[in-house]
Amino acid sequence: MNKKSFGSRLIAAPYLVWSAIFIVVPLIIMFYFALTDQNGVFTLANLASLGLYKKAFGISILYAAVATVITLLLAYPMAYFMTRLSISSQRMLFMIVMIPMWMNFLIRTYSWITILANTGLINTFLTKLGLKPLQLINTPGAVILGMVYDFIPYMILPIYSVMSKLDKSLLEAAEDLGSDSFGKLRRVILPLTKPGVISGITMVFVPSVSTFYISQKLGGNKTMLIGDAIEYLFNLGPSYYNVASALSLVLMLMILVCLFIMNRFTDDEGGGVLM
Amino acid sequence: MKLLSRLYIALIILFLYAPVAVMILFSFNASSSVWVFSGFSSRWYAGLSSNTAMLNALQHTLLIALLSAMISTVLGTAASVGIEALQKRLTNKIVMSVTQIPMMNADIVTGISLMLLFIFFGKLLGLRESLGFATVLIAHITFNLPYVILSVIPRLRQTDAHLSEAALDLGCTPPQAFFKVILPSISTGIVTGFIMAFTLSLDDFVISYFTCGYYQTLPIIIYNMTKKSVKPDTYALSTIIFVAVFVLLVLYNVLQTRSEKKHAAAVFKANEGDTVLMKGNEA
Amino acid sequence: MKKIICLLTVLFLLLTCTLTGCGYRYADLDLRGKYDQSLAGTELTVYNWGEYISDGEDGAIDVNKEFEHLTGIKVNYLTFESNETMYSQIKTGGVSYDIIIPSDYMIERLIKEDLLQTVDLSKISNYDLIEQKYKGLYFDPQDEYSVPYNVGMVGVIYNKTLVNGEIEHSWQALWDAKYENMILNFNNPRDAFMTAQMRLGQDLNTLNTADWDAAADLLKKQKSILQSYVMDEIFGKMETGEAAVAPYYAGDYLIMLENNPDLGFFYPKEGTNIFVDSACIPKNAKHVEAALLYINFLLEPDIAKANAEYIGYASPNTAVIENQDYLYYQNEILYPAEADMPKVQYYHDIDESVRSYYETLWSEVKLY
Repeated sequence: MNKKSFGSRLIAAPYLVWSAIFIVVPLIIMFYFALTDQNGVFTLANLASLGLYKKAFGISILYAAVATVITLLLAYPMAYFMTRLSISSQRMLFMIVMIPMWMNFLIRTYSWITILANTGLINTFLTKLGLKPLQLINTPGAVILGMVYDFIPYMILPIYSVMSKLDKSLLEAAEDLGSDSFGKLRRVILPLTKPGVISGITMVFVPSVSTFYISQKLGGNKTMLIGDAIEYLFNLGPSYYNVASALSLVLMLMILVCLFIMNRFTDDEGGGVLM
Repeated sequence: MKLLSRLYIALIILFLYAPVAVMILFSFNASSSVWVFSGFSSRWYAGLSSNTAMLNALQHTLLIALLSAMISTVLGTAASVGIEALQKRLTNKIVMSVTQIPMMNADIVTGISLMLLFIFFGKLLGLRESLGFATVLIAHITFNLPYVILSVIPRLRQTDAHLSEAALDLGCTPPQAFFKVILPSISTGIVTGFIMAFTLSLDDFVISYFTCGYYQTLPIIIYNMTKKSVKPDTYALSTIIFVAVFVLLVLYNVLQTRSEKKHAAAVFKANEGDTVLMKGNEA
Repeated sequence: MKKIICLLTVLFLLLTCTLTGCGYRYADLDLRGKYDQSLAGTELTVYNWGEYISDGEDGAIDVNKEFEHLTGIKVNYLTFESNETMYSQIKTGGVSYDIIIPSDYMIERLIKEDLLQTVDLSKISNYDLIEQKYKGLYFDPQDEYSVPYNVGMVGVIYNKTLVNGEIEHSWQALWDAKYENMILNFNNPRDAFMTAQMRLGQDLNTLNTADWDAAADLLKKQKSILQSYVMDEIFGKMETGEAAVAPYYAGDYLIMLENNPDLGFFYPKEGTNIFVDSACIPKNAKHVEAALLYINFLLEPDIAKANAEYIGYASPNTAVIENQDYLYYQNEILYPAEADMPKVQYYHDIDESVRSYYETLWSEVKLY
């Protein structure tokens, strides 16, 4: 065992070097920038100056959380209904959900402007019906819609994957034991699909909370999410790299804490369903 | 109930495809607006052929996607085999946690940290320019790797450990055993990893935005375009890509049904599922 | 499984092949300078504003293609959307550009920070075409670093139908609750603050932080009735009637007018900002000879005219201004008579402490 596994371990070496240089070192450099001033002297001033961006953190988390909940509520039934179709329809639907992920999300987001604008498709339709046009674009609602839209496949697919692998006999057993369909959902399906839900939440929340494109296009540049703030500061030039790094650092820590809590949450159960 | 569920599925599909439909419609617009439709024309498709900036970007995107997917597949597969051989739980755990960082982290943080690194090295080496083709490629490989590794490792765990031992006993050298026995049994994981890497690279905007210098990929060009007035030609190009992907996937689907029937479907699904699911659960 | 990869490759190769090809017809240019193939094969990187060069659309001249055709130099053309973004790229040094086209105050800063190299005017035979009043400007008094490309002023564009009736020729219009949700403003701090500063009658280059605070307060007040902050997205919004009132560069108004005859324009009575965008060569440029050739090419009468007509901004080139065939010959918005000239102020580069003060204030405005 020893000699062989040494050889096997050795072939991981290029990757280990790679991840040290391109994953670990960059984060160390970011730390360094966040904790120094322009002349490389240690300071906490960058972190202290982030008070200004408290609100950016607040609304980013709020928008992303709302978007994640909506996505989950939309995706869960979708995944459930998908599993009840024939195998070939399931596969077709799987493709249909996946295809938008292959298209540029910038363009797909941009198309929403045509739909939501004051002179856009929905409002033109409403005006033709003699109704009052609605303010849809450049609102928090539009930003959240953009997040839900862009990331919903990342919620549907993992939930569906777990659900489609559920042991049918478990469900039958539940039925035999007198569960109605609601009870079956609550007692059997929900707990068993938790890993899918958790990874779906991660994959929707993380990009939502750090986006800067969606808020620019659908929110009319009127607010600043954390992503916008980081992008704005970085584009002002190297003298802002320190503050921007501090902001990125806090964002990263925040995300890691969220994920850590969520991982804790799933470690005790559900893990076994996967492998 | 059945009707209701079908209706629900239809509504979600409508939601997913409404902007795509709008995009396709306006790519045929006679005027240069993407807001007001004023008649059908295919001139934007014809005009694409002379839009060198966009075509260059398309070429850049494909090149980066293909190269980064290939390199990360090779590196990642080798790494998976090595990581699985790590017996110390702690080392294994540390390596896996680091592996997951680019996947867990916000793209903007990954992009910025890489940019800082490249600029730092560029200054150190006294380069006139530190961002370009090489840096986008490195960045893409870096964020592709975890997806490859996490789709290969589950396959590795499923392969019978005795298989390679048997091969060794029967006189194979370790590399032979690897190529003849292990590799075939993890090939589905490798292919899934490759496809995921390719897809992610194709669509990446945020990380490229910070690391590309002026080696602009398609998403970067599109981003710059949406900062001005988007013209239907951008939509035309996206429509072509959409149709290409659509035809490809449908074809793939049909071929698969025909050749492998149920078994393949299950494997494919399982694969996709594992990969995405791993995110929350490996560690 | 391998099939899909093969298919993918074939399909994308096919896609790229069918899409390449050429539909452009070269123009018959009357040139003053000499252009030959001696630098053929060089790759020249040009970093310019978005929508800021004639690109061959609708039968116009494609400036970059013509240049490539004449000289065999490959033009790598890239765009930015604000002086600050451009500055950040240059300052970081991640990329090396051969030509950049910043505005006045940014040129001042780039010179101060030693990021530009001098332009050898003896290689720019067309320099004599530059109008006298655009030579020796405050940011480059000896004309060592920059060659003017375009000049312009900021004004207010409005939609006559949506505004419905008279509009007062004042910055006040951007704060008028009548136009709630129909007002746009600049999505960059310097220009957005300018609209408020002008309304308050301030010096645009004030070093008094209280002035910047007052301007920021005014911008915060505007937010409740503001539709969005925009840069070039303004074209779509004004052309379709999505927005009614917006400040922007005068030349762009003329382009929008072609697509929406309903649009009107005025220079506010309080005064406005005037700017000069000039071609410069960064210190770390790789192909200086090719860059000089390109700058000279931009000044060619035919090319400068094509650009002036495509971009719509006022030209500093006498061969254009005096050409009666020029689309905007004696246009009163671009070239107002002495008497109609609004009160104007240039931006100057502001001391770093005050600059970072207002750049941070901008975050506050956004987060308000």
